[in-house]
Amino acid sequence: MSDEPIVQMRGITKDFTGVRALDGVDLTLRPGEIHAVMGENGAGKSTLIKVLTGVHSPDAGRILLGGEPVRFHSPGHAQAGGISTVYQEVNLTENLSVAENLFAGREPRLGPFINFRAMRRRAAALMSDIGVDINVAAPLSSYSIATQQLVAIARAVDIDAKVLILDEPTSSLDRDEVAVLLRVMRRLADSGCALVFISHFLDQVYEICDRMTVLRNGSLVGEWATAELPESELIGHMLGREVEALDAIERRASESAPEGGTPLLSAEGLGRKGSIAPFDLDIREGEVVGLAGLLGSGRTEAARLIAGADRHDAGHLAFDGRQVSGHNPRTAAARGIGFCPENRKTEGLVGELSVAENMILAMQASRGWARAIPPARRAELVDEFIAKLDIRPADPDLPVANLSGGNQQKVLLARWMLIAPRLLILDEPTRGIDVGAKADIQRLVAELSAEGMAVLFISAELEEVTRLSDRIAVLRDRELIDVLHEESDMTTERIVDTIVSRGGAE
Amino acid sequence: MSSTTLTERPTRSTVFDGLSRYIPIGATVALLVAMYLGGIARYPNFDNPQLIPDLFIGNAGLLIVAVGMTFVIISGGIDLSVGSVMAFSTMACAWLTVDAGLPASVAVPAVLAFGIASGAFTGAVIHYFNVQPFIATLAGLFLYRGLTLQISDHDVSIREIDFFSWGMERVEFGEPRDGGFSLPYISFIAFAVVIVAFVVLHYTRFGRSVYAVGGSEQSALLMGLPVARTKISVYAVSGFCAALGGVIAAFYTKSANPLAGVGFELDAIAAVVVGGTLLTGGAGFVLGTVAGVMVMGMLSTIIAFQGNLSSWWARIVVGVLLLAFILLQRVLARSGERKRKA
Repeated sequence: MSDEPIVQMRGITKDFTGVRALDGVDLTLRPGEIHAVMGENGAGKSTLIKVLTGVHSPDAGRILLGGEPVRFHSPGHAQAGGISTVYQEVNLTENLSVAENLFAGREPRLGPFINFRAMRRRAAALMSDIGVDINVAAPLSSYSIATQQLVAIARAVDIDAKVLILDEPTSSLDRDEVAVLLRVMRRLADSGCALVFISHFLDQVYEICDRMTVLRNGSLVGEWATAELPESELIGHMLGREVEALDAIERRASESAPEGGTPLLSAEGLGRKGSIAPFDLDIREGEVVGLAGLLGSGRTEAARLIAGADRHDAGHLAFDGRQVSGHNPRTAAARGIGFCPENRKTEGLVGELSVAENMILAMQASRGWARAIPPARRAELVDEFIAKLDIRPADPDLPVANLSGGNQQKVLLARWMLIAPRLLILDEPTRGIDVGAKADIQRLVAELSAEGMAVLFISAELEEVTRLSDRIAVLRDRELIDVLHEESDMTTERIVDTIVSRGGAE
Repeated sequence: MSSTTLTERPTRSTVFDGLSRYIPIGATVALLVAMYLGGIARYPNFDNPQLIPDLFIGNAGLLIVAVGMTFVIISGGIDLSVGSVMAFSTMACAWLTVDAGLPASVAVPAVLAFGIASGAFTGAVIHYFNVQPFIATLAGLFLYRGLTLQISDHDVSIREIDFFSWGMERVEFGEPRDGGFSLPYISFIAFAVVIVAFVVLHYTRFGRSVYAVGGSEQSALLMGLPVARTKISVYAVSGFCAALGGVIAAFYTKSANPLAGVGFELDAIAAVVVGGTLLTGGAGFVLGTVAGVMVMGMLSTIIAFQGNLSSWWARIVVGVLLLAFILLQRVLARSGERKRKA
C-alpha cells in the first residue's frame, strides 16, 4: 500500500442558497485502501462526493488528483480522469441490455459499428468475474435491483477506475449479494484502486474499510484508521454526543402492554393468494408487535393486508371488536389505522410538496377537502411536530424531497401522529437512515405505545425488533410461522432459531 | 466461489423486453398484411404489382420525415417543427433556383445544410436552456411556416426542371404485365435514409446513446455518455430529414406550396407510434416506422379503391389506431411491472 495519496481534497466549502453544506472539509484517498466517509444524514457525505465527481463545483478549496490540481465539471469528465461512482439508486438505463449498460459509451467496435458479439462476450466475462451469472443480452429491467446494482459496480470497475466511489451500494442487497460486493471491493483495492465506501451498515464498514473520514454538520471531525477507532467512539464522533439513546430504549411487555382483553385488531385466517398464506394475529392497544423475517418472507405483504393497501382474499379482519368489510386505505385511515409504507419516496411522500403540506395530508383528508385547516392552526401543529420530532432543517416550507432520508421518515410519522391513529403500521421506518434519526424514531415508537397506541413494527434489523416489541411474529417463506411472546424469547438468537428450525422441519 | 455466485434468470415481461417489445410492431405488420389481403379479396386490381411500390412513391417524404422523428421520439423528445421545415425547404429550393438564380446542385445541399443547422440549434435550445421539446419545436413550427409565407404566399414553380425531373425518373423492375414494377429515384433516397438510420440507430455508439438518453437522461449523464451531443444530434437528424422531405416534395411536385405539410408533423408522429416506438422514449425501431408509414399509406389506398368514402376516413382510422397502440403499450408496460413485482 503506497502512502502517496491519489486524491487530496483540501478545504472544500460548498453553499446551497444560503445553507452551508460543506465547510472546509478535507479528504485524502490513497491507492489500495478502502476509505469510509461516515456521518449522519445531512452531514455532507453526498455533497462531498458530488464535488469530487464534478456534479457540484466547490465554492472554495481545491482537489489534487495524483498531485495535480483538477476541477471536474461533469461526471463524465471525472470518469475520464479515473473517478467512477456507483450510486444508491441504480443509475443505468433499464431499456438497454446488461451488456449495453456495461459498455455504454465505450462499446467494442468493428470500424464505426458496435461489435455486439464481442460486447456480449466481454460482458459475460466481466459479470462472471465478480461472481454473477446472468444473461447479459437481456434488458436490465428484467433483473432485480440487487443485480442491477452489481451491474453498475461491474461497469465502474471495468472503466479502469483509479478511484471508485460506492455511495450506499449495499442498502438494497441481501447478505449473499453483500458478500459478493465486499469481496469485489477488496480485490479492487488489492489491485491498487482507491475505494470510497459510504454505508449506514457499521458492521460492513468495520469489516472492509482501512480508514475512515468522519463528517458532522458539513464539517470535518477527523480521519482515523479503522483499527484505532472503536465503534462506540465512531458513533460518538458522528453524533457529537454520547450515544446512550439507543440503549436507553429498552421496553418490555411487563411495563406497558396490557395482557388479555379484547385485541384492538384481530386477523383471523387473513391471507392473499400469491402474497401471504392465511395467518392469525392480534394486536392490543399499547402494544408493539414486531414482524420479523428475511427479505421476501412476507413481512410487507402481511402489513399491507392489515393496512388495507392490498385486498385480502381469505379470512376476516376485526378492528375494535367489529368485523371490517370493504377494507381499503381510505376506510382504514377513517378507522384509525395509519400506514407508513416501506418505500417512503414513491409510496408515502409527495416530494414536490413542502414539509408542512406533506404532514397535513392525512389530517386534511380525514376532515374532507371542503373544511380547510385554518392556517394559524396548521402552522402551530406543524411547528409543534417539527420540534417534537427534531426535523432538520426546521423549515416547514422546504420541499420534502430536499430532506435527508431520516428526516423524510419523520415527516411521514408526523403525518400519522397528527390524526392520532389507534394502530400505526411502520414498514422499515429506519431503513437507510442514520443512527441519530434511528434512535429518535425508536424512542418515538416507545412513547406512542406508552400512550396507548398499538404499533405494528417491521424491520430487517432484528435487534431493533427485539428491543421495541412486546410480541414478535416470525415469518418465513410467506407464512407466519410463530408468534414469540415470552420475554425471554425477545432475542435475535431466538428469532433466527425459529426461522431456521421451522424451515428445516418442512 | 460457488457459494457467492449469483444466478438470476431474467423475467421476460417488460416493455423493453426481447419478446413483448415486438408485440406492437408485430401487430402493425399483421394489420398491414390483413389490410392488403382484405383489399385483394374485395377490390379488383388491388393485386396490381405496382400497388406496393406506389406506397413508397406517394409516401417517400412522410417516410423520411418519420424516420427522423423516430430518432427524436426514442431519445424522449418530440419535434413539431418538421412540417414547417419541410415546406420552408421546398420553398427555399424554389426561391434559390428562381429568384437567386443558383443552380440546383448548390441550392439543394444548402437547403439540407440549413435543415441540419436549424435542428441542431433547436436541440441546443432544448438541452442547454432545459426547454420542453414540445415548446421549442412549436416555436420552430410557427417560425418556419411564417418564413415560408414571407417568401411567397402563393405557389412557386421550380426552375432547373432538368435537375428536379431526375428524382421522378423511374427504374423499371421487369415488365408490368409479368408482375414487374417501377420506382422513381426519390423512393431509393427514402430507402437509403431508412437503411442508414437503421444501421446508425442499432449499430453505432451514437444510436445506442439515443436509446440510453431516452431510457433515463439522468443515468446517461452519470454514466458519462455525451448527453448534450446526443440530444443536439437527434434534432439535427430530424431537421435534416425534414429538409430532405422538402427536397423530395420539390422533386415530386416541381413547385413549392407555402401551405404544404400543415399537420405533417402529426402524421409523422402517428406513423412512428403505430410503428411501435414508445412515446416516452427508450424503445422503438426504424423498421417499425416503415411499417407505420405503410399502414397509413395503405389506408388511403383502400379508401381510394372504395371510391365512395371521404378521404377523412383515413384520419378517423388513424385516430383509432393511435389510441389502440398507445393503450397496447400501456397494457404491456403494466403487465411487465406486475410480473416483476410478483
